[in-house]
Amino acid sequence: MNKRKRFEESFFKILSGFAGFSLIAILGFIILIIFIKGFNALSLDMIIKTPKGGYYYGGEGGILNAIIGSLYIAFGATFIAILLGMPAALYINVHLVRYKRTQNTIRYFLDALWGIPSIVYGAFGFTLMLALGLNASLLAGIITVALLITPILIRTFDEVLSTIPKGLHEAALALGSTRTEMAFKVMMKQGFSGFITAVLLAFGRGIGDAASVLFTAGYTDLIPTNLDEPAATLPLAIFFQLSSPIPEVRERAYAAAIILTVIILIISLSARGFSKKMARKINK
Amino acid sequence: MILKRIILYKLSSAWMVAALALILSFPFFIGIALYIKAVPLFDIQSVPQLITSSTWSPSEGKFGFSSFIFSSFYVTILSFIFAAPVCLLAGIYLTQFASQKLVSFMLPVIDILAGIPSVIYGMWGILVIVPFVRKVVAPLINIDSPGYSILAGGIVLAVMCVPYMLNMLIETFNTVPTGIKEASLSLGATSWESIKHVVIRKSYPGIISAFGLGIAKAFGETLAVMMVVGNMVQLTFNPFKSGYPLPALIANNYGEMLSIPMYDSALMFAALILLIVILIINLFFRYFIYKTQRS
Repeated sequence: MNKRKRFEESFFKILSGFAGFSLIAILGFIILIIFIKGFNALSLDMIIKTPKGGYYYGGEGGILNAIIGSLYIAFGATFIAILLGMPAALYINVHLVRYKRTQNTIRYFLDALWGIPSIVYGAFGFTLMLALGLNASLLAGIITVALLITPILIRTFDEVLSTIPKGLHEAALALGSTRTEMAFKVMMKQGFSGFITAVLLAFGRGIGDAASVLFTAGYTDLIPTNLDEPAATLPLAIFFQLSSPIPEVRERAYAAAIILTVIILIISLSARGFSKKMARKINK
Repeated sequence: MILKRIILYKLSSAWMVAALALILSFPFFIGIALYIKAVPLFDIQSVPQLITSSTWSPSEGKFGFSSFIFSSFYVTILSFIFAAPVCLLAGIYLTQFASQKLVSFMLPVIDILAGIPSVIYGMWGILVIVPFVRKVVAPLINIDSPGYSILAGGIVLAVMCVPYMLNMLIETFNTVPTGIKEASLSLGATSWESIKHVVIRKSYPGIISAFGLGIAKAFGETLAVMMVVGNMVQLTFNPFKSGYPLPALIANNYGEMLSIPMYDSALMFAALILLIVILIINLFFRYFIYKTQRS
């Protein structure tokens, strides 16, 4: 090994190591900044109170309206996404299992659908909303977010289903079950933790997305009690409070960011837990 | 009993087909709906005119998108320049050099970061990147900058895209068979040489696709960019000045768009441009992946 080679070797090893570790550093830095900034303003009031009069000038209150609104939207959207996504993913892996080409084409389009930015879904949701004669409301927000997260749910679930050994399909069919019975009794059971992972991922995406609800869900200080009422969302609460000139209100945006980050962390950690369980099951 | 099972089978199959068909038709629905909304705009100005003109004055009915389109591309390209080399090197490190322990720690971290909402990245951008650009970078080359600039947008976007691209890169590098790398090593190549000539060459299509999809993601990113980019309509090459990308245009003006004639058409046209550009990039690079995966 000559000198130049040895130099190149260690140079790139160090450089790539530097790149890898600087990523960890940046990412840790982001989380750190979010937590340091918001920690002071974080209080129990934030979580259990809705904004009171003068809240946006630094007055009393919290962002319960946004937390509840976000949860409503994410739950509603995830529900619709499950209704659409679960059968679609099962169909790809049960009925189309012999048609590799069709499977791949469908996956191809779903992947492309995944790539469409949420602002486009938001704009589409807005036109849909006007066409249906709806106002900015919980319902419109739920529909738009559902459109956004369904491809995510399908593709994640589909990835898991496609790892289930084909022998299981054949065994179930050979025993005389219909494809439906095979899908719901064998595939769903085998892929259940993968299904939960997919649902959690979709849910996390739904709760964190702002651009799609910006047009469609509106914003209100009240907790919505009906589908046709507008709903506040956490990301938008952060966004609006952050643009306030009053420091106290901005402080609260930082605190709200902590709440959102913690929710997302819980969701993605539990999603990981479930997918690990799935991996163990398959390796067995 | 049998009848019940058959009925159940038919019903659930119909449900499955309907759900899948509905989902696959989304892009067409979205495209058509946005197009219908944007049509009134085409009556006053032709599409090439809309795209090339830079006069933006909605109250006079003048809609020129060129500065928005330019800003979008500028921010995207800038973020790509920042993110791509770091991602590539980090991907190589994590798949080729790093210990198993580090990798199993890093993968969840990357996943979690990919899931953090854009508004959080945007807030971080306001807290860290904007002051950094204003107080550190701009004075360094003697330029006055408000901080809210194309450069800040590019940096925040780069940080956002890193987990996304890195995930795909790691997947690509992991599909390179260990055997061919070992063959290269056994021929006396150093490990960097094997990486350079074997691993990277073998995963070339995957790298290109990961970059392409990263660009598509950056192009459509809304909130994080909008919070730091300044949102001023101007055509400028100076990265220290404010820009106004397409997604920010849509998100910022939804409130007023129904009060000014044609404004909603213009915004839907902007959404249509985004949709078309991103779908084309996505379809192209995904096709690339599928082609190379099969061979």
